[in-house]
Amino acid sequence: MVTFPDEKLVYERPEALADVSTHYCPGCTHGVAHRLVAEVIDELAIREKTILVASVGCSVFSYNYLDVDACEAAHGRAAAMATGIKRVNPDNVVFTYQGDGDLASIGIAETIHAAARGENLTIIFLNNAIYGMTGGQMAPTSLIGQKTSSSPFGRDEHLAGYPLRIVELLAELDGTVYSVRRSLHDARHIIQAKKAIKIAFEAQLMGLGLSIVELLSTCPTNWHMTPTEACDWVRDAMIPYYPLGDYKVAPELMTKTNRKHSAIGGAR
Amino acid sequence: MVKQLLKGNVAFAEAAVRAGCEAYFGYPITPQTELLEHMSRRMVELDRVFLQAESEVAAVNMVYGAAVAGSRVMTSSSSPGISLMQEGFSYMAASDIPAVVIDIMRGGPGLGNIQPTQGDYNQVTKSAGHGDFHPIVLAPATVQEAIDHTVLAFELAQKYRTLVFVLADGAIGQMMEPAELPPMRDLPTERPDWSLTGADGRDHNVITSINLGALNLENYNLHLQRKLREIKLAGETRFEAVHLEDADYAIVAFGTAARASVTAVKMLREAGIKIGLLRPITLWPFPEKELLELAEQVKGILVVEMNAGQMLHDVREAAAAKAPVKFYGRMGGYIPLPADIADEVNKMIADLAGINVEGSNGHLS
Repeated sequence: MVTFPDEKLVYERPEALADVSTHYCPGCTHGVAHRLVAEVIDELAIREKTILVASVGCSVFSYNYLDVDACEAAHGRAAAMATGIKRVNPDNVVFTYQGDGDLASIGIAETIHAAARGENLTIIFLNNAIYGMTGGQMAPTSLIGQKTSSSPFGRDEHLAGYPLRIVELLAELDGTVYSVRRSLHDARHIIQAKKAIKIAFEAQLMGLGLSIVELLSTCPTNWHMTPTEACDWVRDAMIPYYPLGDYKVAPELMTKTNRKHSAIGGAR
Repeated sequence: MVKQLLKGNVAFAEAAVRAGCEAYFGYPITPQTELLEHMSRRMVELDRVFLQAESEVAAVNMVYGAAVAGSRVMTSSSSPGISLMQEGFSYMAASDIPAVVIDIMRGGPGLGNIQPTQGDYNQVTKSAGHGDFHPIVLAPATVQEAIDHTVLAFELAQKYRTLVFVLADGAIGQMMEPAELPPMRDLPTERPDWSLTGADGRDHNVITSINLGALNLENYNLHLQRKLREIKLAGETRFEAVHLEDADYAIVAFGTAARASVTAVKMLREAGIKIGLLRPITLWPFPEKELLELAEQVKGILVVEMNAGQMLHDVREAAAAKAPVKFYGRMGGYIPLPADIADEVNKMIADLAGINVEGSNGHLS
């Protein structure tokens, strides 16, 4: 790279992010989330000991973007697979990267029990309120009234029940040490999301227990929106049902969050 | 070492500990629960990994995780639990991951009962999960073999980077016999170079079972098939022959059904019938060559199983119509008695001589 004496480098590819083209749809926030994770891995200097457990969904090939040791779990089983890895290799940093269909539907049992056991793992949980890879079916996180390819008349709570608020649920468990929700719909929220991801990994490095960051994400393709409309929908439709906030922060992490007490709940 | 009186399930567990099992993940299910209980004590005493999972589905995926991390890992279960674990077996097979599974079969289908059967022969040898693969399957008939096969299973799993099943019925899990345990082996000090330990000073390792593109996936399948053929050709087929040298007739049976058949052979020999037993010890790879030679030697073969006739089809295929192959099977947890088997042999002999025999006991033949 050619540099000049007065040049200041303000943006470069993190070492943990592979130099490849994206296969994600235009406007999808997976790429943003991948980059945030890679930046945190670089900043914590843990690339050489990090193991990614990828999941089934659009992020099935997340290991093509993150230059760390990685495996691909069966649908919903990432938390169980990560448990197996961490138990035998406790010195590694182990994290799962899962979508809402994978984690909140088929993998809810594995997720809850990993949290209940206080597995020293980090979960990066992308919630875009839909099954992306299979073409836009209703997820457990789809909003009431949301039209999807398998709820063509809109999600009816009498037929399909209510959307699951995962980080609130996991915050109730003693083994969870960090459970927060952030959003990727604009730059300010992306910066906040990165801070949370870093704390989640730090919680694991401190050996505290299970940390999870839920990231409200877009799926313009299956929402049938433009990328900017999708970001607006996160802000206007998703955040009211899925309030951003810190639902559990272990006392050991307080100084990192600049909080005086581990208050539960966001701006409901 | 001296022999000690050991329960089958405990023998499986302690043999795994001594063979160098670093991690165990399981879920309680009768009739294998004593295996999990023994591991819950011994693995913790030895500062190894024991975890009682929330389900068999979780347990098998924890095994998958511990295996991709390069450790020597096992699980155990019984029929309904094995059904749930099939997801993980398929993923492990599709990523060349070694692991040991001990399956103590119970009565099915459904919840069935907790009595011993061999009703899952097909499930384990033919289709331990979706897709084209076979695990190596070892079938012990004694508590001593439960020990020996568990030790062998860890060796074969590592050697071929494959799943190895030890498949026994509930009788072998539950009974006590004198047996000798092996000495304690040291745990491996290094992880395999393919495993996930962190990309420190090397390219990142990725273990996945997804292969998009028809040719990509066909190529992977061809690799799996080559590996299976290599195992077959490497002399891993194991069997026991009892009184087959001069036999005019033969019984083919495995596990507990083979134990009853040995006694039946003795009774029939005392009655002047030249009969022997071929007992497959590896159910995959199956002793095909030995069965063909046997079929060329004898006038008739009786397959005895505690199911509706599953290994029967492998025997018939191997025998290649060189000899008639008859079947006697019991289900639901009933263990065939030696006298039952001897009766069936006598009926087979009469039938082959063209004598119409009345009073078939109504079981499958």
